[in-house]
Amino acid sequence: MSNKKYWQSFGELNHTDAFKQTSANEFKEDLLPVEEISNEGLVLNKTPRRDFLKYLGFSTAAAAIAASCEIPVRKSIPYLNKPENVTPGIANYYASTYINGGDAISVVVKQRDGRPIKVEGNERSTITNGGTSAQAQASVLDLYDTTRLRHPLQKDGSVFKEVSSFEAIDNMVRKALDGVGSKPLFLLTPTINSPSSIEIINEFIAQYPAGSKHIQYDSVSYSGMLLANEACYQKKHIPSYQFDKAKTIVSLGADFLGTWLSPVEFSSQYAVNRKISDKTPTLSKHIQFESILSLTGSNADDRYTHRPSETGAIALALLAKLGGSVSAPAITDAHLAKGIEKAAVELRKTPGESLVVCGSNDVNIQIIVNAINETIGANGKTINHDISLNYRKAIDAEMESLISAVVSGNAGALLIYGCNPVYDYKEGKKLAEAIAKLPLSISFNGTLDETSEQCKYIIPNHHWLESWGDAEPKTNSFSLIQPLINPLFKTRAYQTSLLKWKKQSVSENARSSDRDSSSNRKPANVEGVVGDYEAYVRQYWIKKLGGDESLWNKALQDGVVDFPVSSTTTVYNPSPLSEASSKAASIKGGATEIVLYQKVSIGNGSQANNPWLQELPDPISKVTWDNYAMVSPTLAKTLIGIDVVNNQRQADAYEVTPEKPVINISLNGKSVELPVLIIPGLDNSTIGIALGYGRSSADANQSLDRVGKSATGAGKNAYPLVGFDGTGYSYSSVVTVSKTSKLYPLAQTQVHGFYENRPVIYETNLSSYLKDPKALLEEPRKEKDILLADGKKDYVKDGTMYPDHEKPGIKWGMSIDLNTCTGCSACVVACTAENNVSVVGKIQVQKAHEMHWLRIDRYFTGDPKNPDVVFQPMLCQHCDNAPCENVCPVAATNHSSEGLNQMTYNRCIGTRYCANNCPYKVRRFNWLDFTGSDSFSNNQEPLRGTELNESVFQMNEELTRMVLNPDVTVRSRGVIEKCSFCVQRLQESKLEAKKQQNPALVRNVKTACMQACPTNAISFGNVNDKESEVSKARSNENRNFYVLEQLHVLPNVSYLAKIRNTDRHVGALEEHAEGHAEGH
Amino acid sequence: MSCYKKIINRNFFFLIISLSLFLVNNNLFAQDGEALFKANCANCHKPDEDYTGPALKGWSARVPDKEWIYKWVANPAQVIASDAYAKSLFDKWKPTVMTAFPNLKKEEIDAIMKYVDNYKPAEKKDAAAGAAKDDSADNSLLYGILFLILAVVAFILLQVNSNLRKLTDDKEGVYRGEPVPFYRNKTYLMTGILILFALGGYYTINGAINLGRSRGYQPEQPIYYSHKVHAGTNQISCLYCHGGAQDSKHANIPSVNVCMNCHMSIKEYKGDPIVREDGKQVNGTEEIQKLYKYAGWNPETRQYNPDNNKDGIPDGASPIEWVKIHNLPDHVYFNHSQHVKVGKVQCQTCHGNIQEMPEVYQFSDLSMGWCINCHRESKVDFFNTSTGEGNKFYSIYEKFHKDLKDKKMDSVTVEKIGGTECQKCHY
Repeated sequence: MSNKKYWQSFGELNHTDAFKQTSANEFKEDLLPVEEISNEGLVLNKTPRRDFLKYLGFSTAAAAIAASCEIPVRKSIPYLNKPENVTPGIANYYASTYINGGDAISVVVKQRDGRPIKVEGNERSTITNGGTSAQAQASVLDLYDTTRLRHPLQKDGSVFKEVSSFEAIDNMVRKALDGVGSKPLFLLTPTINSPSSIEIINEFIAQYPAGSKHIQYDSVSYSGMLLANEACYQKKHIPSYQFDKAKTIVSLGADFLGTWLSPVEFSSQYAVNRKISDKTPTLSKHIQFESILSLTGSNADDRYTHRPSETGAIALALLAKLGGSVSAPAITDAHLAKGIEKAAVELRKTPGESLVVCGSNDVNIQIIVNAINETIGANGKTINHDISLNYRKAIDAEMESLISAVVSGNAGALLIYGCNPVYDYKEGKKLAEAIAKLPLSISFNGTLDETSEQCKYIIPNHHWLESWGDAEPKTNSFSLIQPLINPLFKTRAYQTSLLKWKKQSVSENARSSDRDSSSNRKPANVEGVVGDYEAYVRQYWIKKLGGDESLWNKALQDGVVDFPVSSTTTVYNPSPLSEASSKAASIKGGATEIVLYQKVSIGNGSQANNPWLQELPDPISKVTWDNYAMVSPTLAKTLIGIDVVNNQRQADAYEVTPEKPVINISLNGKSVELPVLIIPGLDNSTIGIALGYGRSSADANQSLDRVGKSATGAGKNAYPLVGFDGTGYSYSSVVTVSKTSKLYPLAQTQVHGFYENRPVIYETNLSSYLKDPKALLEEPRKEKDILLADGKKDYVKDGTMYPDHEKPGIKWGMSIDLNTCTGCSACVVACTAENNVSVVGKIQVQKAHEMHWLRIDRYFTGDPKNPDVVFQPMLCQHCDNAPCENVCPVAATNHSSEGLNQMTYNRCIGTRYCANNCPYKVRRFNWLDFTGSDSFSNNQEPLRGTELNESVFQMNEELTRMVLNPDVTVRSRGVIEKCSFCVQRLQESKLEAKKQQNPALVRNVKTACMQACPTNAISFGNVNDKESEVSKARSNENRNFYVLEQLHVLPNVSYLAKIRNTDRHVGALEEHAEGHAEGH
Repeated sequence: MSCYKKIINRNFFFLIISLSLFLVNNNLFAQDGEALFKANCANCHKPDEDYTGPALKGWSARVPDKEWIYKWVANPAQVIASDAYAKSLFDKWKPTVMTAFPNLKKEEIDAIMKYVDNYKPAEKKDAAAGAAKDDSADNSLLYGILFLILAVVAFILLQVNSNLRKLTDDKEGVYRGEPVPFYRNKTYLMTGILILFALGGYYTINGAINLGRSRGYQPEQPIYYSHKVHAGTNQISCLYCHGGAQDSKHANIPSVNVCMNCHMSIKEYKGDPIVREDGKQVNGTEEIQKLYKYAGWNPETRQYNPDNNKDGIPDGASPIEWVKIHNLPDHVYFNHSQHVKVGKVQCQTCHGNIQEMPEVYQFSDLSMGWCINCHRESKVDFFNTSTGEGNKFYSIYEKFHKDLKDKKMDSVTVEKIGGTECQKCHY
C-alpha cells in the first residue's frame, strides 16, 4: 500500500495530490503581500507604477522624517551602592528548585543584572542529574506573567478591593479566623513535599477545632498507587523506581518519560540503558501497553494497544503468565494476547532487572502490578521501598470528604494554596458555589484564577523564583529554594501568613526573636521582601545541618542536600491480591471509551497561561494552543465518517484544512465538544483527551485579565469527564459520543516542512545491527559514492566545485542520538527562552509561521494501524557547503571560520531565497512584527484579533519582556532567523578560555538545547578537538550519519541512527528492499 | 664618492638605531615606574603635592631608612604599631590608613620611588599639537584654492582656445556658426551637471551613512565631571572606576559609593581652573557638593544621612542619571573585557585622550568600518610555540603555527582568526 517508509501525515503516506502541492510550495502564501491590495497581480495591474511611486514617496518621506529626528538622549544610571557580587553585563547563577504542585526539580537559574532569565538543571542533583522539563524551562516566564496579582485583595460583594498593607489584611483574617467557631477549618493544597512547610501547616492546623485538616489534592491523582502500596507494603507512599537498573521495562499505560510522577528523573535513568555504543552494543527492552499513543509509547521497542477498561485484565493476564496464582479473564485480541505472552517471556529473561509500572489510578490494578513486581523480583532491585517519591501524596477519598463538608456547609473556613479545584475538580461549578457561600475562604494563589475568584481574601504567594523554601522530592534527598529576585509585587509566602495567623504561644515568641537575629544579618527592607518564613527555613535547616551556618550556606550554594537512607526490609503482603483481582477482572468496557492524559507542555493546566508552553507542539500530534479528541483512523471512520487511510479525497479534505469536525463527548450528563484529530496507533475504541485546557473565569469577559491572554480560548476543559469509582478518581471511562455539524480549527505544525521524499532517518533493529553493523548506513554511503566520479577520494573536497572552507581553530559540531531522544521537547522551550524566539499565536501557526529554531519532527513508520514513532530534533545543520548561503543576494547569511552558518539580521532584506533553498526547512521568516521591536510602537494594533492573537501582545508587555536574553538581538519584521548554535554562549566560552589562556575550557560550553536535555541525547563541542563530547559521540561510526549528506551540503550536525530492541523489521533496510521491488 | 655616501649612510643608520635603542631603554625603565605608580599609588598619592595621602617626592629625606619603605608598603599597620615616624604619619592622615601592597616587589617599589623623585609636572604640549593640526587644515584649503585657480585657468584657456580656433577658421574661410555663450554650451552644462551630481551624491550618501553616528557628541552631564582632573592630573587608573572593562561587556559607570571612596576626604577642588569649551569656568568644589547630594552624605558631620524610611539607602540619596555618550545599536554585541583583557587594547585607542578631556565626548565614530579596520590591522597575542609567549588559547590554531614556521605569514591578525565575520558582533 505504501511506498513511503517514514511519514508525517496520511497525505504523505498515500502521496496524495494535495500533499504534493503543499510540499512543492515553500511558503503557504502564493503572492507578495503588496498584491493583496489589488487582485490582479503586480504586472497586470492598471496602476502598478503609480502605486510604486506612492510607496516610494511615502517610504522616502518616512525615512527622511525618522532620520531627521534628533537622536534620543539615553541615560546610563549606575547603582547608588553597587552590590559586591553584581557586575552589570555578567550573569550570576544561583541554585534553586522549580516547584509546581508536587513537582520539584533542582535547577540553577541564570540571573542577569538582577533579573532571572533562564532555568537550567542542577547537575549536582542525584535525582535529575541536570535534566529539566519543558515546564521547568518555561516557568521563568511565569514570573513575569501579567495576570499575577500585585497586592492582597479582599472581596466586597462581587468586586475585589486592594488591601493596602499586610497588617490590614492580617487583622481582618485573624478576626475572621477567631469567628470560625466550632466548625472545622480546612487547608487545601497540592502535595506538599517541603518538610519545613509541613511543620508549619501541622502547627497551624493543630490550633483549630477537631476535624480541621490539611488536605492534599492532586489534580491528576496517584491515590491508587498510594493505597495499593499501603495494602501490600503497609506504607502509604510511592516507592522509588530505578529504570537505570532495569533491563526489561513493561509499562501499562504509564507515561513515565512524559508526565508520570517524575519524568525528568525517569528519562535520565531510562537513557542509561538506551545509549548504545559501537563498543557495548546492548539495549534495554521496553514494552508498552496503552490505549492512546503516549510519548513513552512512542519510544517503546514494542507497543500494544488495548481498551482502557482492559488494563486490569492485561495486568492479570501478565501476572498469570508469570506464574501468579490468579485467574485472568480471556484476552480476545490475538495480537494483544501474544504481546502479553512476549512481555512475560522478556520479564522472566532478566530476573531482578525487570520493572513493571502502571499508570492506572485504580487501586486494584496497582495491587496486581505490585504482585507482578514481586513475582519478577523487582522489589529491592528496581523498586526501592526505603525511598519514597514525594511528588504525589493526595488521597482522593480525603478530597471527597472535604467537598462534602464544603458543599453541606460543615466547613468553617477553607484556605487554598497552590491548587485550583474550581477548575480541575470534576464538579468545579458545584464547588465554586459552595466556596462562595463559606463564611471564610482564603486563597494564596498567585493569580485571580477560577478558585481565587470565589474566595473572600486573596494573599498572593510569591513565584518560586522569589521564594525561600525547601523540598524533599525523594526521601532524604533535599532541594533548597532561594529567591533570585526581590518580589516583583506585594506578595507574601503562604507559610509566612500561616505563621502570622497562629495564635500567640511560647514557641512563637521564641521564633520572633530568631527573626530579629536574622534581620540583623540582612536588613529587612520592604514588608514582605524578607518575611518570616525565610527566618523559619533558615533556622530549620541550620538545626537540621547540625547547627553550622556555613553548612547552610554551602547547601544553598549547591542547591541540594542528600542524607543517607537507612535500609529496611519491606514485607510484601499478598492477601489483598485475590479481592483486587476479582474486582479488576470485573471492570466493564463500552463501545467508546476515553483516556484523559496530560501533555508534556500544559500538564495539569497550572501553567496554561504560559505562551511558550501553549505554542510548544505536542510531541505526538504536533498541535499547538488546543486540546482535541485524539482518535485512530478506524474510530474516525465510525465517528465522523472520514477514512484517511484508504480514501484519498477524504484524507486530503481532512488534512489540508485546519478546520476539523467537532464531536460531542458526554459522561454522566456532562459533555465536552472537541475537534477530532486522527492519529495512528491509538486503540480503535479509545478517544484521548488532554487535560489542562479550557481555563476560563466565571465571568468570561474577565478571562483575559484574570486567567490570562494565552490560557483564554485555548482548548476545552476535560476535567468534568473525570470519574470517581468510590476510592479514587478515574481518568478513563465509557462515554457516549455524537457527531456535531461544527468545525474547529487546529493549529498543527507537523506538516510544515518536507524533505521531498529524501530519506532523513536511518533505523534498524538490534539483531540486524549486531549481525552487520555496517549495513545500517549503506544507503547514504552508496549515494555519496555516486558524487565521487573519476576515482576521486575526498568527498568533502572533490564532491563540489566550491572551494573548501578552512577551520583553522575551532569547528563547532553537534551530535544528536536518536536512540535517547524521547521527544520530551524540553530543548524546544530552552531554545525559545535562550534565543528570544517569538511567540506567534494560534492564527499564525495555522499559516505555518511558527518561529521555533529547533523543532522535533515526528515520523511514523511501519504498520499504519500501530506504527513505530521516531523523533528527530531538527535545527539549522550549519552546512559547510550551505545552499542558503549561495543564494542570498546581500550576503546576510554566510559561513564563519568556525563552521557556523551565520545569520545577520540587520543585513537581511527578506527575500526568503535562503529558506526556499534550505533542504532542512529550518529557516524562519518574521512575517509580522511579533516582538513589537520596530520603531513604530503601535504597528501591531491593527492586526489584533485578526492576524495576531492576544498572546502575542502578552509577550510584548513591559513586564513580560524582562525575560528577554540581553545578549541576543530581538528580531523585527521582515528578516529570516534560525538556530545560531547559541553563538552567544560559544563566544562567551571562547572569551573565558582566552582570559584563562586555556583552550580546554571551551569543552565546557553547552547549547541551550543540550543543557535542557534530561537524557543527554545532544552532544556539542569542537570537532577539531578529539577529546570533545561531540568527537566522542561521532566515534560511533556505525550509527553516525548526517541528514541528507548525499546532497554534499556537509552539515555540522550529525545524528546517531536509532536501534530498536525488537524482532520486527524496522527502519531503512526493509524500505530499501521494498523500494527495489517496486522499481524505485 | 657614491661609495663613501653609502658608508656614511650605513654608519648614520647604525648610529640612529643605537641611539634610539638607548633612549627607548631609558624610557622603558622610567615608564615602568610610572605605570606601577599609576596602577597602585595614584588613587591616593601624587608625586608633588598632598592628596588623600602625602606627596611622595622627597621621601628618602623623610623616612628613617630605605628598608623602612619596603616594610611600610608591604604592611603599614604593622609598621605603625612599632615605628615612631609611622605613628606620626598615621596621626597626621587619620582616619585613612594606607592600603597594604604585599605583592609589590622591592625592585618595583624602587622603580616607583625613582619615578616619583624624577617626576616633573607635564609640560604643555597642546600648542605644538594644535599647530600641527592647523597645518593639515591649511593644506586642504590650499589644495582647494589651487584647484579652483587651475579650474578657472583651464576655463579661460579653453575659451581662448575656442576663440583662437574661430579666428583661424575665419581666416581659412571655414564657416563656423556664431559661438554659443559658455552658459549655453552643452558640453559645459553637462560637465557642470555631472560635477554637481557627483558632489551631491557624495554628500548625500555620506550624510546618510552618518545618520545615527554621533562622533563628537558631548552632552551636558548632571555633574561636571572632568576626566582631565581625575585621569589626567591625578592619574587615577581607568580601571579603578571602570572596573567592568576587564570583566564584563560593559565598562560600567562607577556607582556613587566608588566616587565616595575618595571624595569622603576630598571636599574641595584646588587644582588648575577647569574651563569649559564655551569659556566659562567651572567651580569644582560646587560639583563635589552635587555628588554629596546624590550620595546622601553630609560633609559637615562627615556622615551619611540617616535611613529613616528604611529603604536601605540614606535619605535624599539618589543615583546619578548620567547621559550615555557611547551608544551602539541593539544589534551590535561589544565586549569591553574581550578588548581590554584579551586584546590588551588601551582605552585611549577608542576613547581618545580621555585624560585630557575636561568633559568626555565621543572620540571615534563607532561605525562598523571603523571596527573592521582595526580588526584587520590589529595583531592578536598569538601563542609562540617555541618561546611559550603569547596567549595559550591560540595554541589550537595548528595551521597558523605551521604557516608561521614556514614563513607563509608573519603575524596573525584579528581578521585571520575570524574577527571580521558577521557573527562575532551580530547575534
